[in-house]
Amino acid sequence: MPFELSAEHETFRKVVREFARAEIAPHAAQWDLDHHFPVGVVRAMGELGLFGLTAPEEYGGSGGDLTSLCVAIEEIGRVDQSLGITLEAAVGLGINPILNYGTDEQKQRWLPDLTAGRALAGFGLTEPGSGSDAGATSTRAVLDGDEWAIDGAKQFITNSGSDLTSCVTITARTGTTDAGEPEISAIIVPAGTPGFTVEPAYHKLGWHASDTHPLTFTGARVPADHLLGARGKGFAQFLATLDDGRIAIAALAVGCIQAMLEASVAYANERTAFGVPIGRKQGVAFQIADLHVMAESARLLTYRAASLRDAGAASAAVKQAASVAKLQATEFAVTSTRIATQVHGGYGFMEEYPVARFYRDAKILEIGEGTSEVQRLLIARGLGLPVE
Amino acid sequence: MKIVALVKHVPDAAADRTFNEADHTTDRTNVDGILSELDEYAVEAALKIAESGDAEVVALTMGPDAALDAVKRALQMGADSGAHVADDALHGSDAVATSAVLAAAIQKIGDVDLILTGMASTDGGMSVVPAMLAERLGLAHVGFVGELNVEAGSVRARRDADVTETVEAALPAIVSVTDQINEPRYPSFKGIMAAKKKPVETWSLADLGVDAGTVGLAAAWTTVETVTKRPERTQGEIVTDEGDGGAKLVEFLAGQKFV
Repeated sequence: MPFELSAEHETFRKVVREFARAEIAPHAAQWDLDHHFPVGVVRAMGELGLFGLTAPEEYGGSGGDLTSLCVAIEEIGRVDQSLGITLEAAVGLGINPILNYGTDEQKQRWLPDLTAGRALAGFGLTEPGSGSDAGATSTRAVLDGDEWAIDGAKQFITNSGSDLTSCVTITARTGTTDAGEPEISAIIVPAGTPGFTVEPAYHKLGWHASDTHPLTFTGARVPADHLLGARGKGFAQFLATLDDGRIAIAALAVGCIQAMLEASVAYANERTAFGVPIGRKQGVAFQIADLHVMAESARLLTYRAASLRDAGAASAAVKQAASVAKLQATEFAVTSTRIATQVHGGYGFMEEYPVARFYRDAKILEIGEGTSEVQRLLIARGLGLPVE
Repeated sequence: MKIVALVKHVPDAAADRTFNEADHTTDRTNVDGILSELDEYAVEAALKIAESGDAEVVALTMGPDAALDAVKRALQMGADSGAHVADDALHGSDAVATSAVLAAAIQKIGDVDLILTGMASTDGGMSVVPAMLAERLGLAHVGFVGELNVEAGSVRARRDADVTETVEAALPAIVSVTDQINEPRYPSFKGIMAAKKKPVETWSLADLGVDAGTVGLAAAWTTVETVTKRPERTQGEIVTDEGDGGAKLVEFLAGQKFV
């Protein structure tokens, strides 16, 4: 079975690489140090069409496939994981829920700015007391006349408090089902809504240049027509958008591994010890060979999952491939940063070298958009095991 | 309005550029080629004019098969169509021959109102082709333009040469632009996909009616006799200031014949 990207995808990869090298790479270390979300370059990514890659042309998108988005995320993530996640979340969590479940009016209102990168949207699912366990959602929205009144708190919400953020879609309990379960619905909350407070940004281990905030809602009121999708379907809708997100996170991990490979090859050729480049030492060279194997295998799994999705394969096959890619690529990413730091020796512990930044950035890949444990659970279930 | 943007395919300056051993011409096969960065400004200038009015942009190149990539890049950026002059006899052509071939190609495109070029190529770097083209086509030529406005039947351009001056020229005209004129766009994914369907003509010398004996290495007015590799960079000299830093710097500069 031949497996390679189309000529257009490869051309696109070169362009994004060029962009990342010129516009992002020279500043990535400083943005990380300053915890600075670079609005200007995010807008430039928008002009390049990255945010609208997979949206239809009628909403300002390019009508591209998931593979093209993965290419973009990999190449941006190869120089800056913070901007990689900014792109991934802006599409997967910001644009896609509105695109997939929004009414025509909602799409017309929000999407053109989001696909152009003039605006960003966040998705608020996680709460202080609930992550993967979305049934424990405690944020409440009560229909009062023709408005939802929202009270509660969300946390770890990407792209939720930047200068570009136009809205955040949140999940909230809107009642109780006939079976006595919480009824979870999704509601779009425009930035600046009274009672919707964006709390100060987190102090994170990594992804310093990405925008992540806790959000609080105190009697925040939005019109009834801001309900996104069907009432009571909020959680199911969210789960359905996660498959694409897993493949995209895997692409971000591939970018990380590739960066570690390239940094390590360069360093091992240039750094000498005992009069020879350290790459002459098998102890170093073999570790870097392993990095190459990790990059290649993670990339194959990721783009195979994306191509299954793009080819319209059966949902179960896509889900399984997405979980496999996310699990393997992100675990390789963490391992690759550990190896690359080791290859760099003491310098790998210094912020002057990008490997230190990637070392801090990588860990979250095993956690966000479904932890490694959740992926293993899904994979095991996909195999027909009665795992709980 | 029809605009031709000249796009040259050059060896990537970021890579290790070399010459062919046999005839000392630029090695265009063993190095990654790109659209000359300075020509990207010409393409962008053409696209800006097209976007603000009603204009068609044709990207024209001359070079071996790989030179088609320069045309493709221009199409991905947004040009409407492309033309590629390719002929084995062109190998080693100098600027004089290049201008003759491009002039013939521009005449074949026909009804051209404005020709835009970069201020130089990033490989040869001679900056003479635009003026030669103007001479051959009998058009006005404005070189080193940092700001350009198209008005009815004419262009108004700020020329940044030894002095800065604003000049007007009647169309059709040929204008070379500097890297100050704009910020060239990157091709978008949409642009890359759209470029697949855009028409590109490929012409031989015979198609253009140019005699193969007047072009190529044998007809060139200049030849490269020898090629020497640039010496490896050596470590710089550090002057420690012990109260006589200024004198030592002058001594160094005088020793290198800089002053």
